[in-house]
Amino acid sequence: MKTFRKGGIHPPEYKLTAGRPIVGVPVPSEIRIMLSQCIGTPSRPVVKAGDHVVAGQMIAEAGGFVGAPLHSPVCGTVKKLEPTRTPQGIWQDSIVIVPDETQEDAIQATPRDEDEIMALSPEEIVAIVGEAGIVGLGGATFPTRVKLSVPKGKKARTVIINGAECEPCLTCDDALMRTEAQAIVKGAFLIMKATGAPEGIIGIEENKPEAIAAMEAAAKTVPAISVCKLKKKYPQGGEKQLIYALTGRIVPAGTLPIETGCIVDNVATAFAVYDAVRNRRPLTERIVTVTGPGLSNPGNFLVKNGTPLSALIDFAGGLPEEAGKIIAGGPMMGRAVSTLDSTATKGLSGLVVVPADMAERKPSGPCIRCARCVSACPMGLEPYLLMLQAENRVWDDMSAHGVMNCLECGCCSYICPASRPLLDYIKLGKQELRKKK
Amino acid sequence: MNRLTISISPHIHTSTTIDRCMWNVVIAMLPALAVAIWTFGMPALMVTAISVAACLLTEWAVTRFMLHRPCTLANGSALITGILLAFNLPSILPWWMVIIGAVVAIGIGKMSFGGLGCNIWNPALVGRVFLLVSFPAAMTTWPDGVPSAFDGTTGASTHASTGATLLTHLNSSEAVPSLADYDLLDMVFGHMNGSLGEVGGIAILIGLAYLLLTKTVTWHIPVSMLGSAALFSWALGGNPLLDLFAGGLLLGAVFMATDYVTSPMTRKGQLLYGFMIGFITIIIRRYGAYPEGVSFAILLMNSFVPLINRYFRPAVFGEKERRAMA
Amino acid sequence: MEITVSIIVLGVIGVLAAVLLYLAAKKFHVSEDPRIGEIEEILPGANCGGCGFSGCHAFAVECAGASSMDGLNCTGLTAEGMKKIADIVGLTPVAAERKVAVLRCSASCENRDLRNHYDGVRSCAIEAALYQGESDCIYGCLACGDCVAACPFGAMTISSGDSLPRIDLEKCTGCGKCVETCPRGLCELVPLHADRPMVWVACANRDRGPVAMKECGVACIGCTKCRKVCPVEAPEISSFLAHIDQSKCTSCGECVKACPRHSIVTSSSQL
Repeated sequence: MKTFRKGGIHPPEYKLTAGRPIVGVPVPSEIRIMLSQCIGTPSRPVVKAGDHVVAGQMIAEAGGFVGAPLHSPVCGTVKKLEPTRTPQGIWQDSIVIVPDETQEDAIQATPRDEDEIMALSPEEIVAIVGEAGIVGLGGATFPTRVKLSVPKGKKARTVIINGAECEPCLTCDDALMRTEAQAIVKGAFLIMKATGAPEGIIGIEENKPEAIAAMEAAAKTVPAISVCKLKKKYPQGGEKQLIYALTGRIVPAGTLPIETGCIVDNVATAFAVYDAVRNRRPLTERIVTVTGPGLSNPGNFLVKNGTPLSALIDFAGGLPEEAGKIIAGGPMMGRAVSTLDSTATKGLSGLVVVPADMAERKPSGPCIRCARCVSACPMGLEPYLLMLQAENRVWDDMSAHGVMNCLECGCCSYICPASRPLLDYIKLGKQELRKKK
Repeated sequence: MNRLTISISPHIHTSTTIDRCMWNVVIAMLPALAVAIWTFGMPALMVTAISVAACLLTEWAVTRFMLHRPCTLANGSALITGILLAFNLPSILPWWMVIIGAVVAIGIGKMSFGGLGCNIWNPALVGRVFLLVSFPAAMTTWPDGVPSAFDGTTGASTHASTGATLLTHLNSSEAVPSLADYDLLDMVFGHMNGSLGEVGGIAILIGLAYLLLTKTVTWHIPVSMLGSAALFSWALGGNPLLDLFAGGLLLGAVFMATDYVTSPMTRKGQLLYGFMIGFITIIIRRYGAYPEGVSFAILLMNSFVPLINRYFRPAVFGEKERRAMA
Repeated sequence: MEITVSIIVLGVIGVLAAVLLYLAAKKFHVSEDPRIGEIEEILPGANCGGCGFSGCHAFAVECAGASSMDGLNCTGLTAEGMKKIADIVGLTPVAAERKVAVLRCSASCENRDLRNHYDGVRSCAIEAALYQGESDCIYGCLACGDCVAACPFGAMTISSGDSLPRIDLEKCTGCGKCVETCPRGLCELVPLHADRPMVWVACANRDRGPVAMKECGVACIGCTKCRKVCPVEAPEISSFLAHIDQSKCTSCGECVKACPRHSIVTSSSQL
């Protein structure tokens, strides 16, 4: 079975919602669509208060080359444009829409049939993807249109569809692969066509046998696409780790995967690409895993962009009394939520409700130089040293020790027997170095 | 609603803590301790108890009265130093010498550098070497009457009140001893003379197995150290098995050289570190003034650890490819 | 006999070493203005950088080579101290107005609800870089005490009452270390007057009024009342936040009385 070689850890899975079906969350009474939902420039609103919008209508255009448009997930009236808090508590501009009582007058688009799809040129596919506002749904939210536009002089050789889902707790990709295997494979094919890559590989961790079976069955129809079982090891779904595991190619430090001819996209992104091309549907909803030991109804929910986080938690059974922390994303790389007033975005893959007794960190002790962080780092860094350098504020030394290669996977902090806040300091160092540039 | 906790990712943490690592080492040392008590009787227990108590007391006193820090005894590291120091002492060492060794080990070897994680040298070995150079006679006086693996065959020291260990023979005898002169089985099961912890070869190996199974240590240091010792023993015309089981080589390879704080950070560095300890040990055993060289070898290589860390840094993933591209 | 030989041999070695050392010291001697050393004796030695030079030594070098004391002032010294230095170099001291640091936040726990509980490294730098803070206000003091740790003169302490840093105006030299350190830029240097108190806006919240009002009980909402009552137009308002121009302020205290949010404070209570 394939895997990456350097570093990695084996955290417990906690996948409570594995095998659960995808359930739609009812339309909330008010949705707030954040204008900054991708890495890059925030989108520019093209509607004003009082406008009536229909589901799938563009309500904000891409703010720049690295940016993506936003679409209304519902039919409704734009109430106002006002700031909403991000899950981290920062104010950010958003469009507030009050959905209509009935949701029938959506744009009725006729799906493209097979022949129409086959006739699309690569440029057309990229344009459709751009117009649909598709961004990387694995969490990085990089505009897919930019990723699919292979830079001049580079050649795409392999499209990798990331179904590893190595984060504990999360099962949204698993659920999608189990139910929409065909669409994902077709989406992968469209991405191959758009980039001109001759082969496609779908990598899935071994702990999802159902998803692997479904995807293998679906991939039989497309000979250029293969499904590859991956060993369960975190961070298997890291871009560079996945490329190495599946193709044996190593992405040069500081460069993008296209350097090795690879395009990596999440399974949910592949699905969104297919949905946009085939059904002419822009990206307005995604699957979010809402989980936690205290929730009575955890599950994989189909969530409309802009749904309040509190509505998601309520749908999953309500915030339990003993909740101590809520994580947006998985427990390894996700960020703690400071306010449930915030809303779901394109990049939200999960909400994990952590009980109070597990929310607090253990007190940290002195570094005993056990070298576990060094052997766990998938990028070959020395976290213990980087932390020391950050404490002493010698940012240039951190840079010389390759801190910018850190993918913030959290293996070092996870494995440290002294519970040292290694990643905190490494992130600080990265931030300071970025500021200096 | 109660206030939500905010912290930076990751939000889950391994169950392996420093305390657990340290207690695993303590557990791994128990078989060897049992063999020591079985071989040397009550005095062995006394030495261990005094050493442990003195180490704990020193650490407590230093943290309490000099560093003004919270008590750190619960992490078990002082306990390990105490047992390890005892393992390096003869069972008939006067009690006050044991205390001096413990105070030096913890006070100078560890706390003067800033406590756990800051020391350059293995504290227990600092204590042992201090005693060895201060009281050379007492430190090489072994109890008589102990069933000794080589007594019968060489007729050397059944009567001597200052019993000798096998290594004294190896070091002094002109002729290279052959395996036939010694009962290897006795050595393995602890029927020989020496410091507390070094007599039970099989017990130490059980400890190693436990440490490896619980992933407390990795194989790199013990294997490279024992391997290189065996290699050079053979290359210099000795008997590798004798060198492995006599003296403190096993004890050093399993419990001392693997000390987290004083060993290198990368696998490659650990291999070199172990290899050099094995080499230096055999050189000292063959050509040095002391019959035993494990402690010196480990302390020497401890000093080189910062240098090894500097030159054996892990390769950044993709760095080679980046250079090739440029 | 042996002992004599030993003594002679060691003695000769000693003498040789001494001669070598002497020669080396001569050869590598760096001549330095002796006044630099004298000036450094007077300087506090905190290397705070408040004078605008990289450290106390650099300042001393600058003084020794200066033709006028204009612009050369050690923030850590009294006028007397500067007089001594000026005497050494034979110049007359040029007094600079003394500045002290003030904190542009006065939000104690009663004034702003703590929404979250931060569980991590007690460092303002990390908290500010990776998280918005425990309260709703993303501009306010994080109270982890990076400034307290940075202050070379021990003038700052974290108050046990409201956990905000307090600045001891007696000890503060206005070196600006805290200004540099605070990741939210909450420390500000203002002139200290001998005859009247200082007045400043103890808030840095740039959110719109209604939002700021919800976030904190003493947040400036940019209502412009202070500007209206001020006889010299010292308060300037931008991004919903007032800031008092210290060069205009006369410490009349009208704005302090007028501020509906109590976010303008003074260094004296008898105003």
